Amino acid sequence: MSASRYDAIIIGGGHNGLVTAAYLARAGKEVLVLEKRHVLGGAAVTEEINPGFKYSVCSYVVSLLRPEIIRDLELPKHGLQILPLESTFTPLPNGDYLARWADHDHTRREIYRHSPRDADAYDDFGKLMYQLAVAVKPILAMVPPDPTSMSPKDLMGFLKLGKHFHNLGHEQFHALYKLMTMSAADYLGEWFETEALKATMSASGIIGTFLGPRSPGTAYVLLHHYLGEIDGAMRAWGFAKGGTGSISEAIASAARSHGAEIQTGAGVVQVIVKNGKATGIVLDDGREYTASIVVSALDPKRTFLELVDEEYLPRDFVSDIKRFKIRGSSGKVNLSLSELPDFTCKPGVNQLHKGAISISPSIDYLERAYDEAKYGGFSSRPYMDIIIPSMIDPGMAPPGKHVMSIFVQYAPSDLLGGWDETKREVFGDAVIDTLAQYAPNLPGAILHRQVLTPWDIDREMGLTSGNIFHGELTLHQLFCMRPAVGYADYTTPLRNYYQAGSGTHPAGGITGASGRLAALRILADAPR
Amino acid sequence: MLRTTPFHSRTAPLSEAQNWRRWSGYLAASSYELHHDREYWAIRNSAALIDVSPLYKYGIEGPDAERFLDRIVTRDVTKCKLHQVLYTPWCDTDGKVMDDGTLARLAYDSFRLTSAEPNLRWLLDNALGMDVSIRDITDDLAALALQGPTARRILHHAADGVADDLGFFRHTTGEIGGVPVEITRTGYTGDLGYEIWTAGDNAEALWDGIMEAGDTHLILPAGMLALDIARVEAGLVLIGVDYVPAHRAVIEDRKSSPFELGLGWTVKLDKKSFVGRDALIAEKERGPEWELRGLEVNWDSLKALYGLVGLPPQLPSEGWRTSVPVYSGNAQIGYATSGCWSPLLKKYIALAHLQSRYARIGTDLSMEVTVEHHRKKTKVQVVETPFFNPDRKRSTPEVPR
Repeated sequence: MSASRYDAIIIGGGHNGLVTAAYLARAGKEVLVLEKRHVLGGAAVTEEINPGFKYSVCSYVVSLLRPEIIRDLELPKHGLQILPLESTFTPLPNGDYLARWADHDHTRREIYRHSPRDADAYDDFGKLMYQLAVAVKPILAMVPPDPTSMSPKDLMGFLKLGKHFHNLGHEQFHALYKLMTMSAADYLGEWFETEALKATMSASGIIGTFLGPRSPGTAYVLLHHYLGEIDGAMRAWGFAKGGTGSISEAIASAARSHGAEIQTGAGVVQVIVKNGKATGIVLDDGREYTASIVVSALDPKRTFLELVDEEYLPRDFVSDIKRFKIRGSSGKVNLSLSELPDFTCKPGVNQLHKGAISISPSIDYLERAYDEAKYGGFSSRPYMDIIIPSMIDPGMAPPGKHVMSIFVQYAPSDLLGGWDETKREVFGDAVIDTLAQYAPNLPGAILHRQVLTPWDIDREMGLTSGNIFHGELTLHQLFCMRPAVGYADYTTPLRNYYQAGSGTHPAGGITGASGRLAALRILADAPR
Repeated sequence: MLRTTPFHSRTAPLSEAQNWRRWSGYLAASSYELHHDREYWAIRNSAALIDVSPLYKYGIEGPDAERFLDRIVTRDVTKCKLHQVLYTPWCDTDGKVMDDGTLARLAYDSFRLTSAEPNLRWLLDNALGMDVSIRDITDDLAALALQGPTARRILHHAADGVADDLGFFRHTTGEIGGVPVEITRTGYTGDLGYEIWTAGDNAEALWDGIMEAGDTHLILPAGMLALDIARVEAGLVLIGVDYVPAHRAVIEDRKSSPFELGLGWTVKLDKKSFVGRDALIAEKERGPEWELRGLEVNWDSLKALYGLVGLPPQLPSEGWRTSVPVYSGNAQIGYATSGCWSPLLKKYIALAHLQSRYARIGTDLSMEVTVEHHRKKTKVQVVETPFFNPDRKRSTPEVPR
């Protein structure tokens, strides 16, 4: 049953939009979610593009889904299962490999094989990063205060922040300062000598950014990995049974159980503004819905430059949003396979097939891949983060067959001469060629191939420039700067118009944190 | 020396962890991999193969077999159909639980009883004057538990479809890996699952047949650590952990009645006579003093306790089996006997014995936790068991081809 007028309309049924909807509905609000595509989830979708084979089309792992969201929305009851994805396997061109496992001793022994010194450093590094992650975690859970505001709330926010940093020990403060300013390569270079280890670890600092491992500011993202460790046995990190679409489905199910209404195939083209307030939306088929508030879970470009007429927004704000960096840097290749890749360096089927596979043999390799992108090409030998979901979840492919998810970087959104169908397949070929060097049987095992470039992700999923984070995760676009100073608290210059997407603090993968904080802000503002 | 099971030639080479424990005098794998995590998830997400050969097994045959068993156990054996399996406890004359297990009716006058502890003497003593033969067949019969959502599909391939329509707690026979087997739809995980029985000499062929059929369905051999978590989630009691068998209890307080263990549903007081009936009728009338319940740890409370020492909540990665005090206010009103972090439900859960008046579902209590060497109390709530009870456990849909 549709209400004629809603308390809130959420534009975009991606995971953050759904989280906002679920929290608002849980608080008793009449909520309508409008998703343009035929399937919910945005970039967190599972689709059976090749019959019998399920692809997590874009996002492929649960990174840091907030435990409080899992609890508040009772997501396990709604079908969420996060399965272990325990090892990382880096095959090397020299015929060797580097593996990291869930078991500490196992990993230590493996690193020792490459460098006894690094094996020791790995433990110390892990401890320090864990401490830093514990220190930084509360910041991710707070609404960023406005540095330009003198309001008591914002000042208190900064006071709290200052006190928080003051409480860090000497060693931790210095490490944090370095993390915030150094490149991943330099930061890791202070600790380790094994190229494959440095490269594979630094890769987590460059995923989704338009930066290379030697670019300053990439060290900070290394923390994200350790933020996942804090939750430990809670396991907020891993592979979602059924693919990432099942996360969206679980959140949607929770939202519906609280009474939220969700429509797919409903693309919003405009936010209706009356007397300086958002009052509703217009769909691409001309239908209109009105609501007390409107929330956009789209990226900042779409939220402010496409859905709202510029005249309703302050000029400074509009130029901030126009300058907001949102270059896409990555693509995705999904494969249906008749057999598992057989790695020359580790022949046969083994446990490493159940974990992540990283094509990151050295810092130089990654930096070279970036060099090509800097000048407008895609990497001919790209960085890849691979998983084989059918080795973890039996429902992802027919028995005996497999699906392979390959995250590929770099593929710049502003490719020289622009993307087209031909270039997309050439890019796909580069990916398969590169992998074939490590697993020669792979090309012959491919039953179906889906290649997504930033161009496709923009057109199909609605992520501007195909940027997976709704805006680059660089320091000048984080915390109280995300997406623009003065509007990092989920509000917008337009009254009754809110933002809940990954383009707001804290962003970064399937966390749901932006969606939740937005909902809490909306509920705090709502008349009782 | 501990004995090895008939599957040892297969399980030993798979044991990456060399992590073994003893089970009724046999070697049993605690885990095969270095961590039991994936083995647990195999139970809930694909299929786990667990060697359960150390279970005690008794063959009970003869014209009086039904009458004999009906006198021993609390369930009504006269209603047990051919190829049906009953889960049942049995009690001493005071109505206190001695053991619990499954009872399968293989033929009109032939049954098989499993138990966790040896029960031969008790069975023989109670068979006086009856035309029944009772044999300990523990060493003759090898047993595997195949548990998890893909178990039916694996059996479909391994056993040529004989178990496709097998209902919950039913029994059938067939062939796997070229050897004759019996299959029961039973288990200790609260999930879709089967137990497969064969002569000890056939064990290796059975193992190979199932592993081969299971390969494309992500089968994984699993040990006791994984099983421990699954059975707590399923709310299934473990003898020697959640209760002391009556005939082993050195003091009266250690004994429990079926009502006190949440097994009241198995007690058929309308049966004419069975061991412990009078005591159980009396207990039923006055109400049990204790009840076994589920507890769910309040996350915010646990987080606050750890927050005081600057740590995120530290969750147990394995199930625990120790007695932990449970309080109402400052008064201890019970004790938890098993607990674990449920990776599936993402909840910290425990099974606890509570004084009946504190056992109502939804009651707020507290449980002792040790936080950085200090004993603290975390808030807990009394909840229903099983904690996890999927439809697939009982349902029998068509096998996907």
